[in-house]
Formats: sequence, C-alpha cells, structure tokens
Amino acid sequence: MISLNYRDSRPIYEQIKDGLRKLIVTGAIGTDEKLPSVRSLATQLSINPNTIQRAYNELEGEGYIYSVPGKGSFATGDPDADTSRRKELWERARELVAELRYLGVSQEELRSLLEEETPGGFPAGGKREETV
Amino acid sequence: MIQIVNTVKRFDGFAALDGVSLSVPAGSVYGLVGPNGAGKSTLLRCLTGVYRQDEGELCIDGEPVWENEALKSRIAAIADDWYYFPQASIRDMCRFYRGFYPNFSMERYEKLKEVFQIDERRPLRRLSKGMQKQAAFWLTLSAMPDYLVLDEPVDGLDPVMRRQVWSLVLGDVSQRGTTVLVSSHNLRELEDVCDHVGILDHGKVLLERSLAQLQDNMVKLQVVFQDGGGVPEDLEVLHASHVGRIHTLIMRMNAAEAQNRLAVYEPMLVDAVPLTLEEIFIYELGGADYAVKDIVL
Repeated sequence: MISLNYRDSRPIYEQIKDGLRKLIVTGAIGTDEKLPSVRSLATQLSINPNTIQRAYNELEGEGYIYSVPGKGSFATGDPDADTSRRKELWERARELVAELRYLGVSQEELRSLLEEETPGGFPAGGKREETV
Repeated sequence: MIQIVNTVKRFDGFAALDGVSLSVPAGSVYGLVGPNGAGKSTLLRCLTGVYRQDEGELCIDGEPVWENEALKSRIAAIADDWYYFPQASIRDMCRFYRGFYPNFSMERYEKLKEVFQIDERRPLRRLSKGMQKQAAFWLTLSAMPDYLVLDEPVDGLDPVMRRQVWSLVLGDVSQRGTTVLVSSHNLRELEDVCDHVGILDHGKVLLERSLAQLQDNMVKLQVVFQDGGGVPEDLEVLHASHVGRIHTLIMRMNAAEAQNRLAVYEPMLVDAVPLTLEEIFIYELGGADYAVKDIVL
C-alpha cells in the first residue's frame, strides 16, 4: 500500500509520511480507521521500525493521525489538520500555474480545470483560500 | 547496549583497531561502514569473543565479552567466513546450536523451514554459497539472540532473499527489541535498515551518528547566484563544486536553515536535496584523504 522509490531523493521516513498522508487525504484510510502497525510495516517494507515510528510521530504532530497507547494509530479525518502543509501546497500550486502559463496554457483552460476538479465547489467559509 | 571503549588490536605490530570507541543503543540497528581494511571485521570478531583485544574494553550490557559464556549465549553472529562441521547438515548444525543457545526455538526453526526451503538433511558443504548463507540466517534467527552481529550479511543472496532476511531481522527488532550490529558496503540498503551509523577508517571511528541526525544535519544545495557570481566568502560550506553557473554546495545544517542562509544573497535558483548515506560516506572520507582518483589506464 506504500511503495518506496529507491531513486527518490527524499529520505525514507518522508516517503512513508507522504504515502500515508496521501492514503488519508484521498480517503483510502477513513476517519478513525486504524493505520498499519509499526511492526507490520517494518517487516513488510524491510525498513527500520524507528524510521517508521518517526514518520508516525511527525504525522501525529501535523494532526493527520492520533495514537491510542496499546492500540495503535488512527486517522484523524480532520480537514484543518495542517496549516503549514496547506501553505506549502499553495506555494507549489503557484509554481505549477506559473509554469503552465509559460507553456502557453490560457486562463480559461486553467479555470475549466479548476471547475472539473471541484464539481461540488469549495466548502463554505473560504477555508481553502489561503492568503499568502 | 554495546559499549566499546578505546579498543586496540594489533597483528604483528600493525594496529587493525587503533582506539575504537563506539556505542550501540539497545534495540537499534547499527550500521558499521568503512573502506576495505578499515577494521570492521576485526572489530566484530573482537566483539564476538573470537579475538581478544590488546587494550580497551568491549562490553555488552556492562559485562566484558571475552570468555563470558553466559553473555555469549545471547549473542549470535554471522561471520563473513562462516564455519560448518564437515559432513554436517542443517539438522546436525541445529543440534549443535541448541546445545549452545539455551533460548534456541524449535518452533521458529520449523517456521523458518518454509521461508528458506532448503533440504535440511543435505550436507551443507554441497550447498551453494548463497544457500549456506541462508542456512546461517536460519540457524542464527532460531537461536533467538538478544544481540545479532552480522558481517556483510546479505552478500551472495539473491534480491528476494535479501529482502526476506531483512524483513525477518527487522521483525525481530520491532518484536523482541533485538540489537543488531551490521557491517556492509551496501549503503543503499543500510540506509533503509539502520538507525545508527558509524564510519570506521584506519582502525578509528571517523563519525558516529544516528541516521536522522545525519540526514538533518547535512544538505546538498544546487545554487545559481546572481550575475554568475561564485560562492560568497563568508558562507561556511563543507564542499563546493560547480558545473558552469550551477554550484553544488554541501552544508552542515538542515535544508530550511541553509535556504534561509542563502536567501541573503538573492540567488536565482536554490534547490535543496537531502544527502544519501553514500554521499555522506564519500564526503566524510574525502576529507580523510580517501577519494576516487582520476587515473586513466
């Protein structure tokens, strides 16, 4: 369920972190659903358990998961989980838009992409419209 | 916990170990790396009680290893030149191991039979090198050791088997808290399995760090400065090289810090990439006069 890319320059714990985060934000791991245990991931991926623990700790710090002592880690399911991550993605979206414009993509095309990807519109309150 | 203090081992006046000090925390996987002839195997042989050190101390859980039978029954090792009795099969060796390791688990031995799928009745000398190594893992893991000392453990194993034995070893680490000390040249692989790394060179420890620290404390940056300028004088870099206008800098700080530090010079491009263990190894040893030489034959 998480695949590690050995040619990736990101450290392993970050790859695990990003992989788990992706599963959580796409809903593959639902709210309050249990994440795989450190031990099972360590044997499955042949990775040091401490590396996996580090990824879990950081995800917990960012608010994506919570842990119950003796039971394991669970997905929080909180859309407001991480503001710094939102900022980072916002920055990346800007870069992508800049590059797309350089490649001659028009504003209309971008707008229609946005509409295509958000069929229900954004939730009220403008939560996702970060002003940087 | 393994504690090695100022250990010296000489062979005919040549100091293979020249004051080695390192410590392996309990429950960690410690990777021992270093160029050929650095003393890795000598150190592991001292630690398993094969050699007696000339000076210094080698302690496991506070007790010296030399001739300490009770302690040694909790340590299992796979040497780079393992030994089996002539004519012995895995089954015979299993009987020998059971006599030495009180924790030897037959249940585990039977379970591992399915993993390795080697005929336990065939004489070991008639098995291939890779299969003999698999047999070593089979017996060693069945001995349920608290300390596992591995010298080049996955050499000669096929890719599936490598993954398989690491998975078994790491399962043991997370389940039973086994402490593993492993020497290897496969840095890519060590990066996955280790949480601590020590670099040995000329019988001395050059660097000893946790992997998280290593990754957070060193960064590689690709930078293009304004107007094609060079690296500013007041920037503390470990290593700098450039191809055209693109400078590659190695800095001893984390990525965010380095980017803040460089922002002052308003560079046209900054790209931070974490260093791999292989790069750290090369840069650290490059400082110690060990680098790839440009010789064309």
